Amino acid sequence: MDPAADRTMVLNMGPQHPSTHGVLRLLIEIDGETIVRMMPDIGYLHTGIEKTTEAKFYQQVVPLTDRIDYLCPMTNNLAYCLAVEKLLGLEIPPRAQWIRVMLNELTRINSHLVWLGTHAMDIGAMTVFLYCFREREDVLRLFEMVSGQRMMTSYFRIGGLALDLPLGFLDRLKKFADRFPGNVDEYENLLTANPIFMERTKGVAYISAEDAIALGTTGPTLRASGVDTDLRRDEPYSGYENFKFKVPVRTEGDVYARYLCRVQELRESCSIVQQAIAGLPEGRYKADAPKVVLPDRENMKTQMESLIYHFKIVTEGFTVPAGEVYQAIESPRGEMGYYIVSDGTAKPYRVHMRSPSFANLQALPKMCEGRMIADVVAAIGSIDIVLGDCDR
Amino acid sequence: MPLAPAVTDINLLKDRLEVARLLEWNTAAVAGAKFDRNELTIWIERAHLLDAMTLLRDDTQLRFNLLSDVTCVDWYPSEPRFEVVYELRSIQRNKRLRIKVKLGSDDARIPSVIGIWLSSNFFEREVFDLFGIHFEGHPYLRRIMMPEDWEGHPMRKDYPVEGYR
Repeated sequence: MDPAADRTMVLNMGPQHPSTHGVLRLLIEIDGETIVRMMPDIGYLHTGIEKTTEAKFYQQVVPLTDRIDYLCPMTNNLAYCLAVEKLLGLEIPPRAQWIRVMLNELTRINSHLVWLGTHAMDIGAMTVFLYCFREREDVLRLFEMVSGQRMMTSYFRIGGLALDLPLGFLDRLKKFADRFPGNVDEYENLLTANPIFMERTKGVAYISAEDAIALGTTGPTLRASGVDTDLRRDEPYSGYENFKFKVPVRTEGDVYARYLCRVQELRESCSIVQQAIAGLPEGRYKADAPKVVLPDRENMKTQMESLIYHFKIVTEGFTVPAGEVYQAIESPRGEMGYYIVSDGTAKPYRVHMRSPSFANLQALPKMCEGRMIADVVAAIGSIDIVLGDCDR
Repeated sequence: MPLAPAVTDINLLKDRLEVARLLEWNTAAVAGAKFDRNELTIWIERAHLLDAMTLLRDDTQLRFNLLSDVTCVDWYPSEPRFEVVYELRSIQRNKRLRIKVKLGSDDARIPSVIGIWLSSNFFEREVFDLFGIHFEGHPYLRRIMMPEDWEGHPMRKDYPVEGYR
């Protein structure tokens, strides 16, 4: 990028920077303190996950999907599993669907806590970071209880879940969900009416609804500009039609509006978790499809056909009828979609991840042109990008 | 729950609004349609792509204002080799549509839809980087994922998973 005139300078906000939330490189052409042009440069975290999935069986792709958007791993798992289940035409039992919703919303809380902590810390409010990570520690312990892993859970499988919920999980989750709205009140106490926070975020990085839609923005970034769209409500998946929740929409379109949207989403997610705990149905935790879903462990040890099915699925994978599918879900960042093309074999022909951060990043230059360098930090935090999601 | 078989005959799909509007506008532009697993896919000829996309965005009955994704599938070694896939969404009507364009391997050029939806900027750069399809009219068609001096297009089927280095 070359400076357009003699009086401008190109500043490199390099891939290593504490405020870019990952390896994002921004080339900013500045005239004094004002930004004239901005260009994001990504690809530093590109690991070729889409290419790798073509060499693996369908069930082996699930751990790969965890690592794409590493702040909401269960959301990626869910999107992929739903896409493959749509390709197969597989019906998931209600208990598995409710547990998926419960854990998906817990993951949304997890992701928004990191967003809030790091965004506030970039702006200068360091206390909020530790408060958020205190709650995040509880959520990570819950994840460890359910799947054995704190972060890269890989708990969802094609056909349901890997294992049923352990004993005592629902009690601990209920204690967390009862306590959590009080914690959100704490964060709001520190930030929402804080004059310094409001100075730094009100009117900053404004984007209008038309520009946001034209640039492909989705999620809270779009909802804060006044567009009322949420895939959980508009295209319900995995049983979301059974839950009552509000979709926060604001019209100001600046960093403060996005902050308010996401904080309200924290509260709504907690309410969905409470509804899921209260109404969790009994039943199977994975679908009854012997050729696709691994059989129950006890059956596998005592019956011959179950053992054969288990062996076949693990060593040769299961074939998926040819076709293609695009399944989009609402991740904490926006519309996360999986476009999967199958050619009838046990390995996917093409898996493409439509990642929300990749699309939302295109809105960043529009938001920042004409503003000052310090506002860039606030804007990046407010879009909530994750570079693993961006680059895959 | 068994899958319903895919409907691939365009005559059976003529009652769908998107297919009907496109055929009404220009029958030569539509090369085929498919309704499978509750999703509608329409194949468009490359020559009519920009006009068809403008119609899809601006027509008051269709209003596909959000371009969710632009991607590509490589069908090597069969011809036509590449299939560029556009995922469209109408926020007001809450509907999705998939548009596909087939390209041959020796003619991998397609007009860019950046004049219609600005969000195609990064998406088309990614398809250029990983598949080698040239988007005509894109203001800054450079590599986005791979380093600037990389040779080859990694997502093509004749490029090994392990890479060359």
